[in-house]
Amino acid sequence: MSQPRVVFDGVCVDFPTETGPLSVVDDVSFSMHENEFICIVGPSGCGKTTLMNVLAGFTPPTRGVVLLDGQAVRGPGRDRGVIFQDYGVFPWLSVEQNIFFGLRLASSKTPANERAAVCRQYLELMGLADFAKAFPKTLSGGMRQRLAIARAYAAKPEFLLMDEPFGALDAQTRSKMQNLLLEVLQREGKTVMMITHSVDEAIYLASRIVVVTARPARIKEIIKVPFGYPRHEGLQETADFMNIKAHLRALVMAEYEAQQMLGSANS
Amino acid sequence: MVSYGDFKKGKIIFARCRHLGFLLLPWCLLVLFWHTMAVSGFVNPGLMPTPAQVGSKLVELLFGGRLGIDILKSTQRVTLGVLLGIALAVPVGFLIGWYKGARTFLDPLINFFRALPPIALIPLVVVYFGIDEPAKVIILFYASFFAGVIVMYEGVAQISPIFIKVARTLGASEWEIFSRVIVPMTMPHILTALRVALGVAWATLVASELVAAQQGLGALIQSAGSFFQIDIIYVGIVSIGAVALAMDLALRAITRRLIRWQDRVELQ
Repeated sequence: MSQPRVVFDGVCVDFPTETGPLSVVDDVSFSMHENEFICIVGPSGCGKTTLMNVLAGFTPPTRGVVLLDGQAVRGPGRDRGVIFQDYGVFPWLSVEQNIFFGLRLASSKTPANERAAVCRQYLELMGLADFAKAFPKTLSGGMRQRLAIARAYAAKPEFLLMDEPFGALDAQTRSKMQNLLLEVLQREGKTVMMITHSVDEAIYLASRIVVVTARPARIKEIIKVPFGYPRHEGLQETADFMNIKAHLRALVMAEYEAQQMLGSANS
Repeated sequence: MVSYGDFKKGKIIFARCRHLGFLLLPWCLLVLFWHTMAVSGFVNPGLMPTPAQVGSKLVELLFGGRLGIDILKSTQRVTLGVLLGIALAVPVGFLIGWYKGARTFLDPLINFFRALPPIALIPLVVVYFGIDEPAKVIILFYASFFAGVIVMYEGVAQISPIFIKVARTLGASEWEIFSRVIVPMTMPHILTALRVALGVAWATLVASELVAAQQGLGALIQSAGSFFQIDIIYVGIVSIGAVALAMDLALRAITRRLIRWQDRVELQ
């Protein structure tokens, strides 16, 4: 197998609290290869987002290291596009200006004369062409999410980090967005890390699933999803899918219970 | 024949008229109330001129007297004081809104000085800056700065850090984060600070022009007061209100243009 692009090596993150350091991520080690789609699944509040923040460069690990093509992560950068849970669409910019934002920065690698075309391309890809001049306040949740993805894509990152990107969407929009994401990834390969608490979403999208424990997040199991791409929705009705789902659900539920216990112990 | 288009046009005209009516109604009521009070005999007629008397005095002073130059002077002082005050309030408000350390350090100082009424400082300002133009502008500057800095810092403190994180992941440099994210996000707060400061500055104007001013609306009221020219006092008060209202309306129009993107409850 080729060299991994991302290596989590013994990553621990402690957060300072009034009662001393709180361990949020404990000794996490795994790697991501080119064009892999990794889903991190675990109970909410367990430290999944922290794991992503370490790779994004927002949170330095307390111990251990995250290597990106062999180099330790030092901070955020345009090679890693991040899609946040609450989208982070700039409200003062129109839809197309939002996409333009990354293209116009000094670090942009897109030549000035190609920017309009790139912007157009992602507007169309995400079905936002009719709303190019609209301000985000007029967009629905699903459209804002698509805008956030279009904006991240236009900056041409090699990695895509997504924190429960479809969590706030209704079931129909969510499934549409999942298919759109798969379609886009099919067209332009990216190495993806997605955080989710939906078991179905993880199996449908990921090539590997990293199941993490209740806080502090440790790796409980890494599941290889045996389906190739492209995938279609019918996959979710197959026996193989159901088997993995049953296994994954049992793992996640056990950790969910553990996290609940933690929650009640804290309060 | 009345077509649908005509009907629609008629409806729009009707809506505009109704809107204008709503705008004018409170003023008409106010003038009516004033007139009634003045002629009712509740108040000694020598102590309360009618709106018509004040109106004709206003016209007289505006075209044949000092009112024009008074309005000009006061507007100049208020504008200068507010611009200087906000020019300082923006960076300071930004500093204490954004950096926790600066807040701990500067917050008590700001609250101490903010609590002092500008009028109480006039004697000291006279001692240090004399009685010329700078003294009045300094008082207005003081009032605007402390009104503006609070608005700025409350506003900046509420800015969500997610936009900065997003900008970083898109590859923005520190300067780009400042100029393309923080400046547009602070714009609404700067405009609110300007509006608040403008209100406070007009309120402080009369006090600042008490500092031996020869010209200005405060001076007009002051000298009219010492000669018991009650109609001129009214002219001064009405002028201050009118100019302040005009400035506020202009600022609101600018605000609407600059921050179209913001969610606001708009009237029909």
